[in-house]
Amino acid sequence: MARSSLASGTGKRARSAERPSSGQGRPAAARPDGTRPGHTPPPDWRPRVDPGPLLPDREPYRLLGTPAVADLDPQLLRELYGQLVRGRRYNRQATALTQQGRLAVYPSTTGQEACEVAAALALRPQDWLFPSYRDTLAVVARGVDPAEALTLLRGDWHSGYDPRATKVAPLSTPLATQLPHAVGLAHAARLRGDDTVALALVGDGGTSEGDFHEALNFAAVWKAPVVFLVQNNGFAISVPLDKQTAAPSLAHKAVGYGMPGRLVDGNDAPAVHQVLCEAVEHARAGGGPTLVEALTYRVDAHTNADDATRYRDDAEVEPWRAHDPVALLERELRERGLIDDAGIRAVEAAAEEMAARLREEMNAEPVLDPMELFDHVYAEKTSQLREQAAQLRAELDAEEE
Amino acid sequence: MGTATAPAPAPATRKPATMAQALRQAMRDALAEDRDVHVMGEDVGTLGGVFRVTDGLAAEFGPERVTDTPLAEAGILGTAVGMAMYGLRPVVEMQFDAFAYPAMEQLISHVSRMRNRTRGALPMPITIRVPYGGGIGGVEHHSDSSEAYYLHTPGLHVVTPATVADAYGLLRAAIASDDPVVFLEPKRLYWGKADWSADAPETVPPLGRAVVRRAGTSATLITYGPSVPVCLEAAEAARQEGWDLEVVDLRSLMPFDDETVCASVRRTGRAIVVHESAGFCGTGAEIAARVSERCFHHLEAPVLRVAGFDIPYPPPMLERHHLPGVDRVLDAVARLQWEGN
Ligand SMILES: Cc1ncc(C[n+]2csc(CCOP(=O)(O)OP(=O)(O)O)c2C)c(N)n1
Ligand SMILES: [Mg+2]
Repeated sequence: MARSSLASGTGKRARSAERPSSGQGRPAAARPDGTRPGHTPPPDWRPRVDPGPLLPDREPYRLLGTPAVADLDPQLLRELYGQLVRGRRYNRQATALTQQGRLAVYPSTTGQEACEVAAALALRPQDWLFPSYRDTLAVVARGVDPAEALTLLRGDWHSGYDPRATKVAPLSTPLATQLPHAVGLAHAARLRGDDTVALALVGDGGTSEGDFHEALNFAAVWKAPVVFLVQNNGFAISVPLDKQTAAPSLAHKAVGYGMPGRLVDGNDAPAVHQVLCEAVEHARAGGGPTLVEALTYRVDAHTNADDATRYRDDAEVEPWRAHDPVALLERELRERGLIDDAGIRAVEAAAEEMAARLREEMNAEPVLDPMELFDHVYAEKTSQLREQAAQLRAELDAEEE
Repeated sequence: MGTATAPAPAPATRKPATMAQALRQAMRDALAEDRDVHVMGEDVGTLGGVFRVTDGLAAEFGPERVTDTPLAEAGILGTAVGMAMYGLRPVVEMQFDAFAYPAMEQLISHVSRMRNRTRGALPMPITIRVPYGGGIGGVEHHSDSSEAYYLHTPGLHVVTPATVADAYGLLRAAIASDDPVVFLEPKRLYWGKADWSADAPETVPPLGRAVVRRAGTSATLITYGPSVPVCLEAAEAARQEGWDLEVVDLRSLMPFDDETVCASVRRTGRAIVVHESAGFCGTGAEIAARVSERCFHHLEAPVLRVAGFDIPYPPPMLERHHLPGVDRVLDAVARLQWEGN
């Protein structure tokens, strides 16, 4: 096949106008650019796309504290703030639930709330969110019930919410494997003529996985309406980014696939929201995928089970605590008189209420039916599963006697 | 060649057709009947696949229904998962058995368990066609029999046809299934011909039904895919030795038809499992265990296995020593403790 495609190329060598001279001996006179006739460039080559417009900004895109923030809708800023405060509280509550043994594990997004919240708010009702294992908060911000979003992490069924009803894919633990799903779903929606966009989340470590590469490549080739948000939070468990990649930035990886890359301050909620909204609407309009790298920081350990002191100093965390997404937005709102103490108290009270409800729901023991183990393996139980279900039924009956 | 029940009456329009043609017709009919069916893979479009199984489908249904994908198996299957989440029915072609391995993570971690982890909300109606097996003189990485890997993954169906009629019927059933089906196509049977009618093709019973290809009384050969013709040939040859062998073609390895298999073994009292993939921890081990557990008091001899050796697939010049052939099957039949009978 390779041979035939090369052969078919020989018919249209427009650029090799000069034929190699048949006379040996004297070399032909050089052209003005120093090249000599008979030494031809590769046939038909031209750049496939201009890489210039695809390149990310030199500096992370920001809005807070810049003149551009004045153009933003105050209502949006307040909504983002409310969600950030709620998200921060959610992270704290879920972490507390691990300490009480109510959750098996919780990978917190403390410090990353701006990315989590903006990802959810950038979507319209018909759009789909594809979270990674860390992104429970984005799932909740999208509207999924806070307790249902945690069933996986409490040892209950793997996905506590209905992905079809909520348009939120199940939390994906095998890193980056959810990215091709987002591409396929977005592609399918386009084939059907729907204006659905998929937004997929992945971590900096996940960008080293093959599925990251394959997903971006498929998305670009198919011009699929999908947006990839990389939360560069500095670590993959213990491994820092410089052991993960030699790329100028993760956003630069986009250029190699022929899609735009955007670099944004991941703790500047309005900036992340704006960049994602632009990418989502660009995709919806048929413009194809975008890769967004959000610079943020994992303030907590990898999970409650991790000891971050083994691989990083507190001194490294401090500047990020000062660049906190909740504090940054609060400062902006206060400076511009868009919120006062009473407003902040109201936001915090609403977050408290959410946390109290979550505690209450998580303190109730879930009731699981062991017989359901066999219900969803196939559309219909195989004879083998029917036998095994009967065995378990008998064991359960014996236990009850 | 019949179905599990009675052989279908031969329609007037039957003429010689290859398994590749029957597979193509199955996809063609599925594409025509259901706009959610999409065929995708490497070279499946313009070229019609390296085995030409999808020949002409892109021309007929267009590149959005029959798609040449980028060359990346995990990406192909991973995007198929997303398409299935949206309600499509992707039919994915893996170019060769050994080149399906990059897609294993998607297959195991998502395709096989998406229905289960979402408690039924997201079924995965994906058909994964994999040309498999040896006997075609293929160089390294072109002759693997990978069924045991798939079979060890709950949530997948694993199906393999041995006849032209089954190729059509089983592939239609696979595409219609709401569960993921790994559809293993025996490469060396692609070009085998049988009388078949593309206009009125036989349907098959639901996935999971084995069929008795040859009735016999002395012993049962339990087999599938590329080893079915070998066993039928061995059964013919065995007649000269006075053995009347029954041949069961499993057709579907998962679901596994315990009923048909055990009914046969109870009748004959002896069983051999024949397949070309490696014997150790292979399909035959599972089948031998199941038969022993269920038919112990009917057995006159231990269940034997005739399988490929436990070696990486050999070079083409040596593959005939590796592949279970008629002689090796007959040697095994001879070891079935006939003394005193
Ligand atoms: C395929 C795969 N390999 C390894 C792991 C184990 N693991 C879980 S989280 C993690 C680090 C992920 O880092 P990153 O992608 O940066 O995401 P973050 O945890 O920072 O959100 C690892 C190695 C996994 N879940 N999946
Ligand atoms: Mg990280």
